[in-house]
Amino acid sequence: MQRCGYVHLWLLGSVLLICLISGVTRVNGDVALTHQESRLNPSKSNLNQTEHGHGSVITGIPIVTFKWHHVETPYLVALWILVAGLGKLVIEANHHVTSVIPESALLICFGFILGGIIWGADKVQTFKLTPTVFFFYLLPQIILDAGYSMPNKLFFSNMGAILIYAVIGTCWNAASLGLSLWGCHKGGAMGDLDLGLLQYLLFGSLMAAVDPVAVIAVFEQVHVNEVLFIMVFGESLLNDGVTVVLFNVFDAFVSLGGDKIDAVEIIKGIISFFVVAFGGSLVGFVFGLLISLLTRCTKNIQIIEPGFVFVLGYLAYLTAEMLSLSAILSIVFCGMCCQKYINSNMDERSVTTVRYVMKVLANGSETIIFVFLGISAIDKEIWVWNTGFILLTLLFVLVYRFIGVFFLTWILNKFRLVPVELIDQVIMSYGGLRGAVAYGLAVMLDENKIKEKNLMVSTTLIVVYFTVILQGITMKPLVNWLKVKRAAVGELTLIEKVQDKVFDHMLVAIEDISGQIGHNYMRDKWNNFEEKWMTCILMKPSARKNRDYVFKVFHKLNLKDAMRYVTEGERRGSLEFVRNETAFIDFKKKFDDDFSEVMPDIMADTSDDYNPVPSVSLEMHEQTMNGMRPLEDVNSHHLLQQHLYKGRKQHRHRYSRSHFDVNKDENEVQEIFQRTMRTRLESFKSGKMGVAPLKHITKHLKKDQQQKVRASEFILLDNLHYNNNIRASASSFPMRVTYRAGAGIENPAFMPDLDPMAQVQIPPWLAEAEVDSSMVAPSQRAQLRLPWTPSNLRRLAPLRISAHSTDSFMLADAPAAQQRDNDQLPPPPPPPAPPHGDHM
Amino acid sequence: MGSSNSSVNNIPNAQELMQETGFSAAHILRLHERFEFLDKHKCGQLRLVDRPTNQPQDFGAVQELALNPIGDSIISAFFSPGQETVDFASFVRILAHFRPTDRNQSRDGAQQEPANSSIRKLKFAFQMYDQDRDGKISRAELLQVLRAMLGIQVTEEQLQSIAERAIQEADLDRDDAISFDEFRKSLEKVDIDHKMSIRFLR
Repeated sequence: MQRCGYVHLWLLGSVLLICLISGVTRVNGDVALTHQESRLNPSKSNLNQTEHGHGSVITGIPIVTFKWHHVETPYLVALWILVAGLGKLVIEANHHVTSVIPESALLICFGFILGGIIWGADKVQTFKLTPTVFFFYLLPQIILDAGYSMPNKLFFSNMGAILIYAVIGTCWNAASLGLSLWGCHKGGAMGDLDLGLLQYLLFGSLMAAVDPVAVIAVFEQVHVNEVLFIMVFGESLLNDGVTVVLFNVFDAFVSLGGDKIDAVEIIKGIISFFVVAFGGSLVGFVFGLLISLLTRCTKNIQIIEPGFVFVLGYLAYLTAEMLSLSAILSIVFCGMCCQKYINSNMDERSVTTVRYVMKVLANGSETIIFVFLGISAIDKEIWVWNTGFILLTLLFVLVYRFIGVFFLTWILNKFRLVPVELIDQVIMSYGGLRGAVAYGLAVMLDENKIKEKNLMVSTTLIVVYFTVILQGITMKPLVNWLKVKRAAVGELTLIEKVQDKVFDHMLVAIEDISGQIGHNYMRDKWNNFEEKWMTCILMKPSARKNRDYVFKVFHKLNLKDAMRYVTEGERRGSLEFVRNETAFIDFKKKFDDDFSEVMPDIMADTSDDYNPVPSVSLEMHEQTMNGMRPLEDVNSHHLLQQHLYKGRKQHRHRYSRSHFDVNKDENEVQEIFQRTMRTRLESFKSGKMGVAPLKHITKHLKKDQQQKVRASEFILLDNLHYNNNIRASASSFPMRVTYRAGAGIENPAFMPDLDPMAQVQIPPWLAEAEVDSSMVAPSQRAQLRLPWTPSNLRRLAPLRISAHSTDSFMLADAPAAQQRDNDQLPPPPPPPAPPHGDHM
Repeated sequence: MGSSNSSVNNIPNAQELMQETGFSAAHILRLHERFEFLDKHKCGQLRLVDRPTNQPQDFGAVQELALNPIGDSIISAFFSPGQETVDFASFVRILAHFRPTDRNQSRDGAQQEPANSSIRKLKFAFQMYDQDRDGKISRAELLQVLRAMLGIQVTEEQLQSIAERAIQEADLDRDDAISFDEFRKSLEKVDIDHKMSIRFLR
């Protein structure tokens, strides 16, 4: 109900807005100028503006002047982006609607409404989707995004099928549609039209291509299995090359006129197809390599390195266009080539930036495209109705798509390892959506050469609406009804990825053994080549080191764990940690020196430990409170001052255009990850070694009874309080706590406190005193560590504590945990679901 | 290819093999050629190791296998435990695991699962890890495979934590090892037919 209210309010607002704009436009006597035209003619509006400026007689200094022409073009562009964005917002707010009708269809309908409003205000369609704007400003980013996020392995393993569909399928579509329409024309099905065979073929060629934008928009919402998706998606991307060639060739043929076409011209046309397609891909490939090379050396200008990806990608597009090669193929291959290298060359933040900006741009222009497709329809000028032509086109488009797909799949299935199933073929045929590319090409037709241009444009629009809206809406029910195999959406799991690799190696080996040169063999050869040369040249040495696939997955999982851990920590408000790096190094050094003789084994384990040392700081403070060691008191304060999180205040107002990482808090995840990796190694090692000293500590604790625990805990609370004050709102988290909330996976990196090693870390100032009784000494410290050690952990995820020896901890913590539960925290939440429930 | 005796009839038990594995006569013939190519001693058996020198034998002829990180495990998968030789029939039976799964399941249903069914494929993959054939992938076994695959960039500690994590992901009964059932469950979402099939040329 509330939403309806919003919708009304918003519609009202947009109506007002548009009336205002169109009103203004009219007032300035500039109605005929479409906004795109004016955008392409900045000189014109500048001219207007200068005329305004100098032409009028200055009678005094105006305080405020209204200079609409001065800002008109960018203002309108910005407003349209805003309107489209708001339209999407409204549409997406209604989940029950978008779950039935795909967003693209809704956006087109939204475009109808807007177009109606503009029409009502202006009595002429002021805003249209022009080919220039579409091909130069809206399409590239969508395709770049598609290329950049293309699952390369999947794509190349289905490359053959995709190419067959894209090349032969599209040619078939074009030819069959053109010829059939021509035949129907000859048969008198559509009355008196001034169209010849070539014009029909030209029309067929622009209608032939499946549109990547529409396909992505619809198929993104129905999660079909990945093979099916990549087939439709890949086809829609690659058939552009074919479409452009066919369109250009037939366009040229139409210009030449029927009688001048001979075998030579036709052969030239066929050659030009190969040149355009492969040339375009080559341009893209070169630019992809360029991007990769460039990102190798952008370490010092990290803040703008994401920019290179976009600029060079766009340049790839424009270069191909300039050389009259296939621009779409170019930018697709550019994105596909560079994805691997830039992802490992660039800083992780830059990669995230690229990914997000890519999505923002792609999604934004997709929205704008659909809205404008809708708006373009509300224009009396373009509508020429010819029932026969339009209906026959619709019918043929659909029928020939089915015939083409079924026939080609029938051939392909003879060669495919895993044949394409019948229902997949149905979906593939049904997913042959036409979209803005076809419309853009139709608008590009030359009216002088083709008299019936408007009929073609309106037919194209109808086909687009039919496929995007009707087929889009019915796609989901159809997929459900046919029980198409869906994509398995699941969590990333390490074992799956490992197994993936094993499968790859296994297949190669089996092909080797059985003496076949198959797909896997080729891929293996390519991988070796890639490993040897491309990676060497295109990847930073540092990035080359740890780019192993499985390791990356591992990295990602850890990152995810870390984030979940942070969220969980935030929820519980456990800010009682300090982190400390430099101090710890010093501490370690000294520790090492002192103890390496005493406990060589343990020292060897911890020698490069880089743990943050909350325990040290906390302990120091506790000692301060006890007033036991005045000297260390100073020491500890020094430590705390230096290494606690800085309050945010200190950094917040510093502004820098070239550095993003002034405020460390924003790098939390990064830091957490780095720590994770370090501590993980440690904890694992020590966990495995089952370091002995634990037992001593435990004994001691047991002896020490609860009072002592309680006392120290009290101090600790105080201590925490203090820390929290210092750190105020710094939302930073210690890394040395087990995270297990609902994750199901025990990430050893987050459970270093179960790591017995931690217990024997003795600060240097204690070291001298306690060298002799080193095994028993840590008792106090051990208690101090309690508040954020296992008791908490157990509450976070009362699952299995770990493979480490933990029972002693349970014993040690029990009283403390109880106590804290009672007076500090709300009763523990019900335990999260058992781990296997999460990742089945 | 152009060998003069290119007839299925020269291969012992060819008909039964075709029946059992689903390979066509052309497949069998081709594989037999390959087998004879690998079989340096012409004794109808491939050996795991050459006795006196202890060098990898017969399969060593496939040079690419030396580059394959898990090549050794795959070779040993051809040999049943304790055996040091493999004859043509077993050779074909192992390779049959990699035939694409038949779509029409009705192919004499009473028979036991054919080698190219997903479950048998998975079983084969499982044995890649389970070197001691105790029905469980222990941490050490997983680690061994990982070590082979991950190479030098990853340190031993990282390997261990990766193994640890992988086991935790799959390990449902908390015995710190992956049984076949757990293995199957963890790969439920993977299209095994796709991932473990190759094209056998005729």
